[in-house]
Amino acid sequence: MVVVAVLAIVGVGLLAASLLQGGPSGTAPGFRGQLQGAGATFPYPFYSKLAAEYSKVVPGVQVNYNSIGSGGGIRQFTDKTVDFGASDAPLTGAQYSGVEGVLHVPMVIGGVVAAYNVPGLSSGLRLTGDVLARIFLGEITSWGDQDIRSLNPSLDLPDKPIVVVHRSDGSGTTFVWTQYLSTVSEAWASRVGASTSVNWPVGLGGSGNNGVAGLIQQNPYSIGYVEYTYAVLNDMTVVYLQNAAGMFVPPTAEAFSAAAEAASLSLPRGDQSWSQVSIVRALANDTRAGAAYPVTSFTYVLIYRDMSVVPGMNLDKARALVKFLWWAIHEGQSYAQPLGYVPLPSSVVTLDEATLRMVTFSGEPLL
Amino acid sequence: MPSHPIRGGDRIFRAAAMAAATIALFLVLGIAYTLLEGSYPSVGRFGLGFILGTEWDPAIKMAFGALPLIWGTLVTSAIALLLGVPVSLGVGLLLSEFAPRRSRFPLSLLVELLAAVPSVVYGLWGIFILAPTLRDFVYPALQAALGFLPSFSGSYSGLGVLTAGIILAIMIVPTVSAVSREVFSAVPNSQREAFFAIGATRWEVARHVFSYARSGVIGAVTLGLGRALGETMAVTMVIGNRFEIPSSLFQPGYTMAALIASEFNEATDPLYVSSIVEVGLLLFAITLSVSIVARLLVRRSMKLFREVGNE
Repeated sequence: MVVVAVLAIVGVGLLAASLLQGGPSGTAPGFRGQLQGAGATFPYPFYSKLAAEYSKVVPGVQVNYNSIGSGGGIRQFTDKTVDFGASDAPLTGAQYSGVEGVLHVPMVIGGVVAAYNVPGLSSGLRLTGDVLARIFLGEITSWGDQDIRSLNPSLDLPDKPIVVVHRSDGSGTTFVWTQYLSTVSEAWASRVGASTSVNWPVGLGGSGNNGVAGLIQQNPYSIGYVEYTYAVLNDMTVVYLQNAAGMFVPPTAEAFSAAAEAASLSLPRGDQSWSQVSIVRALANDTRAGAAYPVTSFTYVLIYRDMSVVPGMNLDKARALVKFLWWAIHEGQSYAQPLGYVPLPSSVVTLDEATLRMVTFSGEPLL
Repeated sequence: MPSHPIRGGDRIFRAAAMAAATIALFLVLGIAYTLLEGSYPSVGRFGLGFILGTEWDPAIKMAFGALPLIWGTLVTSAIALLLGVPVSLGVGLLLSEFAPRRSRFPLSLLVELLAAVPSVVYGLWGIFILAPTLRDFVYPALQAALGFLPSFSGSYSGLGVLTAGIILAIMIVPTVSAVSREVFSAVPNSQREAFFAIGATRWEVARHVFSYARSGVIGAVTLGLGRALGETMAVTMVIGNRFEIPSSLFQPGYTMAALIASEFNEATDPLYVSSIVEVGLLLFAITLSVSIVARLLVRRSMKLFREVGNE
């Protein structure tokens, strides 16, 4: 009797151990080698940190991420020359229907902030989306403009011409920024539009977040936009932006998180088209999300629902990739905050879990 | 030339040299083919209008034209030559004719060191030191003196076409001066001695050396121009990257190489990508025609020389 009980316990233990091995948090003993990814530059610091940490958790699996830009990432993903792609913007309707069986996995959240350099003005500038759009359209040309003054009655604003600074290189940051300006300004939407590069009405172009940050610091009376991370790193003064609830919100991790939380209620499934997904647009009419910063976005990893379509992929490698992504949306999220990113809210993590469970190799589920 | 029987070693060497030359030829043809193929949709859509178009809208209208880029590339390169070539030739003449023999080596080493500086370093220096200096000290004076000309009117932020031209001028100095020094040193000493013998001053000798080496100087300037036309990183960091033909040299502009580097990575729409490739094709054509024209100039001046020599 005792022997049977001991055997049973040992058996259950073994069973549990083997289940754990095969479970999402376990290792993939069958695969050693590199997982290749390419795409957006914005999440690069985050992904390279994940890669470094993951190689400690699962020795033998190296994640190699090439930050060549979202456009390049989508191209390499659709050409199937990488194991996963990465993009700041979801695939457009046309791109989505051109690729068979693609899954969107939101990985982390970032924000775009308006930063300025006005001598004597060290903080507290408040702007509405409409005023910001008119500055970037070249309609408001002076810091002393009545519309800026009336939003900031307590600030001493100089009558100096505004120097607008924008990105010159195509970028996901510009996409999020111009999408925001398009939602808050009819004129912007019809004249300039939203894209990774646009026909800027005014301003100087800087290359990369660092280029824009440099131009803002070098040019007194300038205003531009950068990823939140860069504003923090460069200690830049940032605009308090009014959201749809009427609150002037400083860009903080909590404000981005609140934005993602509010927008996550209406997300599609991972295998559906995400072309309409935009935290910016979801927030444009959300009058209840008072703590949300309006210029917030996901950055995505793109994978194939059935991994066998990727040349050079095999069952073990596909399993290793899915397990890495599983780790990235759970344990990996703890590396987001120190690097200036915002972790996914739990509702999005749940959605990603369901997406990763859909992945198969030649029909065989991987998790 | 005396003729020798061709030996085995000669044959192998000849074949190797032929192979190298063929590879170079195929590389150029391959580049031309890729550019032509890639720009086909854009050429079909916009035709000649692409070269004369002044709009670049990848978001709403999907309309593309390259004139401001062509203008920016040519004008910044012209400024670079205007400012850089006289300095470079001065350096070249100094190093081959005037400087004390012992100081020549360290001096030329210093100049060539400039060529080893990566262009992104020039760009950073441009943003953080050159542009503010020009904005605060040089441009106000320039405007006070020449402000009546439209090219030097208007406000300035320090970033613009003129600043890009100045950076390029600095960047071509090492190439042009190193090549022209070699060219001047190659002038036979008998030429100098003959001039000194008839009582010429050092300045007159230097002038003769310069005109003797003219064809080589044109080659040196062409190399510099090639560098200026194709330079990307340093230019994009200081030119302001604004897609328009500015009314003043103080204002921001854009060049072909800078736009390609900036926008190619994130471009996804096929027509947009093709338009960027067509900009590359135009840059290729401009660079090619510049070097052909330079070759013709060299050949002409060589011919003149031979005629003069035969008199």
